[in-house]
Amino acid sequence: MEEKVGVYICHCGTNIAGMVDVKEVAQWASEQPNVAVARDYKFMCSSLGQDMVETDIKKLGLTQVVVAACSPHMHEKTFRGACQRAGLNPFMFEMANIRELDSWATDNHAAATQKAKAMIKGAIARVMLHQPLEALRVAIDPHTLIVGGGIAGITAALELANAGYPVYLVEREPSIGGHMAQWDKTFPTLDCAACILTPRMVDTGQHPNITVLSYSEVEGVEGYVGNFTVTVRKKAGYVNQELCTGCGICEEKCPKKVVDDVFEAGLGTRKAIYRPFPQAVPKYPVIDVKSCIYFQRGKCKACQIFCPPGAIDFEQQDQLLKLQVGNIIMATGYDPFDARRIPRYGYGRLANVFTSIQFERMVNASGPTGGRILLRDGATEPKSIAIVHCVGSRDENYNEYCSRVCCMYSLKFAHLVRERLPNAEVYNFYIDVRAAGKRYEEFYHRVMKEGAHFIRGRVAEVTDAARTPDEEGKLIVQVYDTLFGAQRRIPVDMVVLSVGMESRHDARKVVQQFGLGCDMSGFFTERHPKLDPTLTMVEGIFIAGACQGPMAIPETVAQGGAAAARVASMIGQGTVVMEPIKAHIDADQCSGCRVCNTLCPYNAIVYHADQKVSEVITALCQGCGTCVAACPSSSITGAHFTREQLMAQVEGLLWDVRELEMTE
Amino acid sequence: MSEPYQPVIIGFLCNWCSYRAADLAGTARLHYAPNMRPIRVMCSGRVEPDLVLKALREGADGVLIAGCHPGECHYIEGNLKTLRRFVLLQRLLRQFGIEEERVQLVWASASEGTVLAAAVNRMTEQLRAMGPLRWRQNVLGGNGHGPAQVVSQPVTLASEEA
Repeated sequence: MEEKVGVYICHCGTNIAGMVDVKEVAQWASEQPNVAVARDYKFMCSSLGQDMVETDIKKLGLTQVVVAACSPHMHEKTFRGACQRAGLNPFMFEMANIRELDSWATDNHAAATQKAKAMIKGAIARVMLHQPLEALRVAIDPHTLIVGGGIAGITAALELANAGYPVYLVEREPSIGGHMAQWDKTFPTLDCAACILTPRMVDTGQHPNITVLSYSEVEGVEGYVGNFTVTVRKKAGYVNQELCTGCGICEEKCPKKVVDDVFEAGLGTRKAIYRPFPQAVPKYPVIDVKSCIYFQRGKCKACQIFCPPGAIDFEQQDQLLKLQVGNIIMATGYDPFDARRIPRYGYGRLANVFTSIQFERMVNASGPTGGRILLRDGATEPKSIAIVHCVGSRDENYNEYCSRVCCMYSLKFAHLVRERLPNAEVYNFYIDVRAAGKRYEEFYHRVMKEGAHFIRGRVAEVTDAARTPDEEGKLIVQVYDTLFGAQRRIPVDMVVLSVGMESRHDARKVVQQFGLGCDMSGFFTERHPKLDPTLTMVEGIFIAGACQGPMAIPETVAQGGAAAARVASMIGQGTVVMEPIKAHIDADQCSGCRVCNTLCPYNAIVYHADQKVSEVITALCQGCGTCVAACPSSSITGAHFTREQLMAQVEGLLWDVRELEMTE
Repeated sequence: MSEPYQPVIIGFLCNWCSYRAADLAGTARLHYAPNMRPIRVMCSGRVEPDLVLKALREGADGVLIAGCHPGECHYIEGNLKTLRRFVLLQRLLRQFGIEEERVQLVWASASEGTVLAAAVNRMTEQLRAMGPLRWRQNVLGGNGHGPAQVVSQPVTLASEEA
């Protein structure tokens, strides 16, 4: 068949035409071999421009189309659509980006024109070898897996469930609720966190479309968008959930008390059989095997003896569940920065240095001190409190980023101190106060007016080594006050370290398990930081909340909702269209060397030992082409980026120097 | 006074980071050397050594491979595969007598238009200082194979015999 290429050169107003001699380029293009028509036009992306392409395809019987205009990220879809409407396979099209990569990037007219010609020549050479491709359609399972039962996961689960879609909500701890359940008040409105969270937890637990899998962890993920198979380990809690009424007698009777490092952040205690907190959802307690006297010494069974419905089952085993889901939302949250990593702040060494998490529990009415602010002795109220901002954040030794929430919760602490201990002095040691958010700045002003002190400077050290009599028995905060211009020593009774947010300690493991990407800090990478913040690089896996980066509750909730909306839209479509840019192995040529097997980041290549050949699972392949480049027998083809197409494009791009080289 | 020598660079830009970086450089109207002629690939991991050699053979004076930063690859770790391959390729090029600066690998994220533009500028200057590659003379000739026409001679001889 005779190849007839149509070449269209866009002026983009003066954006291209102002730098590239478009008339000359069009004339030159029309003289190139296989080019049936070459035109230039003011705005190719306009409906008139697209009509021009469509008419030419129909009237002149074009077999390929090249549009030289802006970035393919801008208008590749537009022109593919035009080709399709005119009955030409949309992949018989190539775009030459002579705007972003040419006319906008130089002020040299001659060079811009020459480069445009080279790019168009490359596009023509390439498009001649294009093959028609068909987009793949994959059915979508309406079930969704949500990993993490914090406020992000809860929000997403409720949104999807209310839309009528079934959801599995997997939570590692015995109860959903996440970090938010630990907090006392939320800034800047000072709503009680539990009061706004627990109704949603209850809704989640009772919703007919939500299956809460608490005390469970994801063990494995297989499959691809629309068809994931997820293995979940439901850890044995040694309580029969069908019998348990959640009365709490077992907790009362259990003789073993242990320090609660998770929910109470080491400030309070729980029993060996426990629910993290009274409003836990689901209501069933679990036995912590490491602490349980029966499991450790073989005697006790107090809980079993006293349990009215006889729900305690010491024989219970872990269960492995296989779930079929179409989409996954990751809402795994964050870990607070471990203040022990900064020894000079004294946490873990000096008794009255607390982390902000501990302080939250302390000021919480249902916390270990019943909401009273007390020193470590559990009786004395402090007369002065230092709040140290940016602990582990904005520090190149730990985390360079700003954790975004610490300023505001520190201000909240200052307010709570002034409210509960009106005679106590409270000092905020800050670098900058970052109060960007609705009503945040107003809250900052309010706290200043309430009489909290603000000292600008990063704290150098917290010490108990007194230099003067009035420092005796106190903790001294040593700081360079950058507004005052001098070193200062502030003696206080209590120090609160406002720790930042870090990615989960096992984030990198999770990234590998789900095939996601993460940044240097371990936060999951989104598809696009501005325009697609909740989709990951893997189709069908979304992210919400602080697993993506430090964020406060409103953003987390918004992201949970956004991720749910994205999933709902996927399910609503019924099927998903996948780009046909995939690798394919020619079984006749494959030598079975298996080089590609280990290269594939998605494990999309399987090896058939019986035939000694490898095969690409099309639905798993993301089309990166790494295997194509590596195949020693050249038996892997990367659709739309074939070896021949790229070689031809190289030749085309070098059309002018190529001739020179030949004649030399 | 003659015009300065204009080297030609083929740039392999990964679709997700570096091509977007180049888009950004344009959108921000960063003017940089117009000597780089771009090819979009889905991942820098797609760039096989053959493509680089092809470009040099066809008259390019240098090849720039640009990908996402390590750890930020859209395809998880394709760029690390590129890096591995690149080190081997450089060793091969050294044996050909091709200067290391002629084939460069840079990481440029989608927000680093300036990084990409600076890399193109720097490479253009380096190549300009080195002068043209002249594959057939300097690489093939220097390797004892003589110019390209000689290579094709056995074919004509074979046909004559037939």
